[in-house]
Amino acid sequence: MINVFFFKVTLVLYLAGTVAYLIYLLFMHERTAWAGRLLLGLGFLSHCLTLVMRYIEAGHTPVVNLHESLSFFSWAIVGSFFIFHYRYRVDIMGALISPLALLLIIWAATLPKAVIPLPPSLRSYWLPIHTTFAFLGNAIFAVAFCSGVMYLIQERLVKSKRVGPLSKRLPSLEVLDEINYRSLTIGFPLLTIGIVTGSIWAEYAWGSYWSWDPKETWSMITWLLYAALLHQRLAVGWRRKKAAIMAIVGFGAILFTFLGVNLLLEGLHSYSEWFR
Amino acid sequence: MYEVILIGLNHRTAPLEIRERISFPEEDLTLYLKRLSNLPSLTEGLILSTCNRVELYGIAKNSEGVVNELKEFLAHQHNLPLPAIENTLYILKGEEVVRHIFRVASSIDSMVVGEPQILGQLKRAYRLAHTARTTGILLNKLFHKAFSVAKRVRTETSIGNRAVSVSFVAVELAKKIFGHLEGREVLIIGAGEMCELAAQYLTRGGVKKVIVSNRTWERALNLAEKFNGEAIPFTEFPNSLLRVDIVISSTGSPDFILRKEVVSRIIKERKHRPLFFIDIAVPRDIDPQVNSIDNIYLYDIDDLQEVAEVNVKNRQQEARKAEDIVAIEVEKFCRWHQSLDVFPTIVSLLQKLDEIRAKELQKTLSSLPQLSEKERAALEKLTNSIVKKMLHDPITLLKQTNKDSEGVLYVDIVKKLFKLDEE
Repeated sequence: MINVFFFKVTLVLYLAGTVAYLIYLLFMHERTAWAGRLLLGLGFLSHCLTLVMRYIEAGHTPVVNLHESLSFFSWAIVGSFFIFHYRYRVDIMGALISPLALLLIIWAATLPKAVIPLPPSLRSYWLPIHTTFAFLGNAIFAVAFCSGVMYLIQERLVKSKRVGPLSKRLPSLEVLDEINYRSLTIGFPLLTIGIVTGSIWAEYAWGSYWSWDPKETWSMITWLLYAALLHQRLAVGWRRKKAAIMAIVGFGAILFTFLGVNLLLEGLHSYSEWFR
Repeated sequence: MYEVILIGLNHRTAPLEIRERISFPEEDLTLYLKRLSNLPSLTEGLILSTCNRVELYGIAKNSEGVVNELKEFLAHQHNLPLPAIENTLYILKGEEVVRHIFRVASSIDSMVVGEPQILGQLKRAYRLAHTARTTGILLNKLFHKAFSVAKRVRTETSIGNRAVSVSFVAVELAKKIFGHLEGREVLIIGAGEMCELAAQYLTRGGVKKVIVSNRTWERALNLAEKFNGEAIPFTEFPNSLLRVDIVISSTGSPDFILRKEVVSRIIKERKHRPLFFIDIAVPRDIDPQVNSIDNIYLYDIDDLQEVAEVNVKNRQQEARKAEDIVAIEVEKFCRWHQSLDVFPTIVSLLQKLDEIRAKELQKTLSSLPQLSEKERAALEKLTNSIVKKMLHDPITLLKQTNKDSEGVLYVDIVKKLFKLDEE
């Protein structure tokens, strides 16, 4: 169970990274942002190892129970953050991303970690394709969510003329809006592919493309939300504040689709039914 | 005694409509100066005409008469009836003028305290008058002194930093909203003294294009030229709000020139691309309500100063320091001016030479004890009349020239030649 060891290392590093980033948020020392980035980055490497080890051990992509899914989602979010950070240098986003990733991974830590043999219906190469696209899309939307939150804070500060140290550290409204747009244009195709591949897989596994189980319904709602945002943004010119609010609302829908549906509603995708 | 007189109006005393009608375009200023110097009671004259103030400076012997002449000149040159402008004018004399010009030069009297443009405008006005030979020793001295007072205030107080930091903050805020300024466009409405500085900082920050709109077309053209920009008629400016990203407004209009309804409509047409308004005007040009519209950011001059962390206490302190400097310099100048009075000068000249004569005579007499009373009296008379004869022409000249303003020049020179100040 070497993956569990790496999992624990990851958790500790994420915790340390989160602490560093929160200190950065409070005191605005550039050094702590650098430390946070380093710790979160090391945590991410360790997280990669965790997933690889678990893949080798289980013989399938580790996304079939809630523990694995939470861990995978957390990994995808941190990865997305680094991709966006590489392009936009948004250290302060780390202070939002790292607690989110930490929360997910702590939750994962409380769940049974045993590798369960895959039921025959899920043994398919569609499993990694469907889940990876879906999770990557969701993770990119997590970035959109963070940029939306940051946008609203920055907008509030500039409007109310309190442009102190926090406003100084937050990226400009333009950059935050651009991140929103970028994450939308990257996340939406990923989500779409995730849903389409899931549908194709469902046809193979369950004999029907779409069976309106709660997960599917909520995915559709989420997808429609983001489709609406993308449309409004491109056609009507909804940008900035409205786009930021939509990104936050959209991420709420994602969290519900991912977690709420699994924990509260019964259905084909429910871990509670299959893998508890 | 020649006195310095000022009549003028500024952004505090006169509404925009009158200020615009009264202003003297710079290219015609020499002509106006010539006409000004033709006024019968005026011996020296200077015209200062900026966006926010128009002031006539003059030197005259009979201040009562000249005030009326100046008032009529101001109204007449712009084809306005005098009553239309009379109650917007301030009239200052002597020491008050000195204080006023020192405060104007140091930018204490500006709409945005500390803005540096006014000193340049003052220097230009002076140079034009000097070239047109309408200034004489008094105005020359007054303006040179004003420039050095301005310099002193600038170096000894932080008043000058304020305008710079306000412009700097404006650029920082623009960057907070737009990320970077490359390719952005800025619209300047009005041509207030502070606009230019803020626009300068913005273009240095990367702003691509400057559009200037002003009720006076020439002013718009002039300012646009400075930034290689574009001038548009004042009535057209709402249309250009569709393309620009930053608006600096400083018209000095008594009412808002932009209301919330207009801006709401514009932001929709802009497809909600953000717009950053910088309102430097006092009173405000832009309805503060505008700030409540999404994607519109409005900062007025107080907001900018607050962000620039020029706190109120510090502001008052520095202003007091500047006023102290002005007060000291006014006193110095007035002492110098009073010393130019011709009769005290003649008296002290006579006194000084008589003292020398008496001293030297005493020396000679004490070395010649054998002289008789009669001989002594003759020597006394001789030296006396030598001094009197020698001083006759200079004193006559001083008395003569006292009738025109050149007199002070001779007085000044005589005082210097004979070191009359050192008692």
